Amino acid sequence: MADIALAATPASETAVEMIGVNKWFGEFHVLRDVNLSVKRGERIVICGPSGSGKSTTIRCINRLEEHQKGKIIVDGIELTNDLKRIDEVRREVGMVFQHFNLFPHLTILENCTLAPIWVRKMPKKEAEEVAMHFLTRVKIPEQANKYPGQLSGGQQQRVAIARSLCMRPKIMLFDEPTSALDPEMVKEVLDTMVGLAEEGMTMICVTHEMGFARQVANRVIFMDQGQIVEQNEPEEFFSNPKHERTKLFLGQILH
Amino acid sequence: MSRIETDTVFVRRDFLEPEAPPPSLGGVPGWVRKNLFSSPFNIAVSLAMLLLLAWALPPLFRWLFVDAVWTGTNREACLPKNGETVGACWAFVNAKLAQFTFGSYPADQRWRPSLAMIVFFLGLAWVAIPKMPRRREGVWLMLTAFPVLTFWLLYGGLGLPIVETSNWGGLLVTLVVAVTGIVASLPLGILLALGRRSKLPFIKIVSVVFIEVWRGVPLITVLFMASVMLPLFLPNGVNFDKLLRALIGVALFTGAYMAETIRGGLQAIPKGQYEGAASLGLSYWHSMRLIILPQALKIVIPGIVNSFISLFKDTSLVMIIGLYDLLGSIQRNFSDANWSTPSIAPTGLIFAAAVFWVFCFSMSRYSMYMERKLNTGRKR
Repeated sequence: MADIALAATPASETAVEMIGVNKWFGEFHVLRDVNLSVKRGERIVICGPSGSGKSTTIRCINRLEEHQKGKIIVDGIELTNDLKRIDEVRREVGMVFQHFNLFPHLTILENCTLAPIWVRKMPKKEAEEVAMHFLTRVKIPEQANKYPGQLSGGQQQRVAIARSLCMRPKIMLFDEPTSALDPEMVKEVLDTMVGLAEEGMTMICVTHEMGFARQVANRVIFMDQGQIVEQNEPEEFFSNPKHERTKLFLGQILH
Repeated sequence: MSRIETDTVFVRRDFLEPEAPPPSLGGVPGWVRKNLFSSPFNIAVSLAMLLLLAWALPPLFRWLFVDAVWTGTNREACLPKNGETVGACWAFVNAKLAQFTFGSYPADQRWRPSLAMIVFFLGLAWVAIPKMPRRREGVWLMLTAFPVLTFWLLYGGLGLPIVETSNWGGLLVTLVVAVTGIVASLPLGILLALGRRSKLPFIKIVSVVFIEVWRGVPLITVLFMASVMLPLFLPNGVNFDKLLRALIGVALFTGAYMAETIRGGLQAIPKGQYEGAASLGLSYWHSMRLIILPQALKIVIPGIVNSFISLFKDTSLVMIIGLYDLLGSIQRNFSDANWSTPSIAPTGLIFAAAVFWVFCFSMSRYSMYMERKLNTGRKR
């Protein structure tokens, strides 16, 4: 099935470009001058203490949050108030949430085929083939006709990944995908993500799984108080953190 | 590692099979014991209730069935003769049944509303029973072809003699007002509920004002305005049908209530569902139609059906603008000199109550059935 392969032919070298992005929640300055450039095929892990703006950063990339200052260009399209462009970006950017956000009234298969059918205008039969392909890849094709409520957390998260992949996105965003899972289910989700990384998907992950970061990331970014404090290759980042706050943070999570 | 004494080590080798629960928990005796006779207080209450039923039910039963008059052609049948007691006058209901159903619709044309009602109930069964084939087409037919057919049958034209709406009455008017109100108010309510949550200020304000105005006015006022005041504002010669005005009034009134019920459902949907839909690139209308509304409407089925039931009963209010629904037609016949006896009023009112109850109870049962059927989200 060559047509289902995920490797995208790059239109430009840069997948995501954030330039001087600022955002406020009311009076609260959540993002302060965030600059981030992600190349195609690059795998970024963002970490940092809670409230540091890491989730907000990646939610700005598909405009679940609106930025008030600066520029965000995704896949060559600048995010503005233009709803058409926002939808264009969202079609190319997949997102996996902490709480899965599967649609509980639809079966697993319907969850996966919904967007291809309605957004990509794919015929139902073809959409189901694509969905089964990706459900097989995340190793749960046998659950296709169940409802999300009948699956374990780990299974639900793998469905959520498959649901995003069915849109054949060029970029995948992961917002703490393993934080809501029971410990014994974290591995199955991480394994799926590692597999995705090995195929060359552009990935931006907010996660506290430092093992995952070491294994797949090209770059680890540490955020604190709405700013990028430090970024480096994983080896260097973990063994030789430069900034005081990074050292403190790593000291707290790598016991 | 510390050493453990060998006799404290325990390893299970045989796993226990699950057993059935003890029999005293289940069945009718178990239920009775648990719910009626679980404590001295409950025993006392249960016995008191039994006594109350034994005191109240037999006379009611006697009045309704044993002492009731079943046949007769005029008031003579239902008058007490030589001191005997007379119960319900079912002969009255029997003789007036056609009037209760159609009002003063011409007798030789009554096949038309009859046919419309038969088509309606058949169509309803087609659409409402999940096992029926081609339900989607059924819904479309019921929403497009059926109203046209019904209008032609009831009103006339194109070969059928015209029957003015002022001659319609009885159950026919009840059904026309209730069904139109129900069908029109649901989509109106959905649009108003979405409008009230809109980010566009104009749409939001229009929705809020519409909802608050209609919800803040009594239905009787709405109907009065529709029938008395509206003609004053219309140019001379333009004459809106009275029933049509009542229909529009009832639909808009119920729509405003419906909007608030549905808004409650929309608010119960977690933010993650909106974000999940948005992240897949679904447009606003797609995510509403495919993700949000199916879940929101399911949550508020009890509230929606509550509004439907309340609307069905409120149809009686069209009486005050001179239209006669089921209750109105029955009440009008109390003054028929041919039948005037003490028992016709209670008999007629009990009959009206029974008919209303059958319709409302059916709606209630159907909604409970739908709730159970749609409860997939929590299905394990």
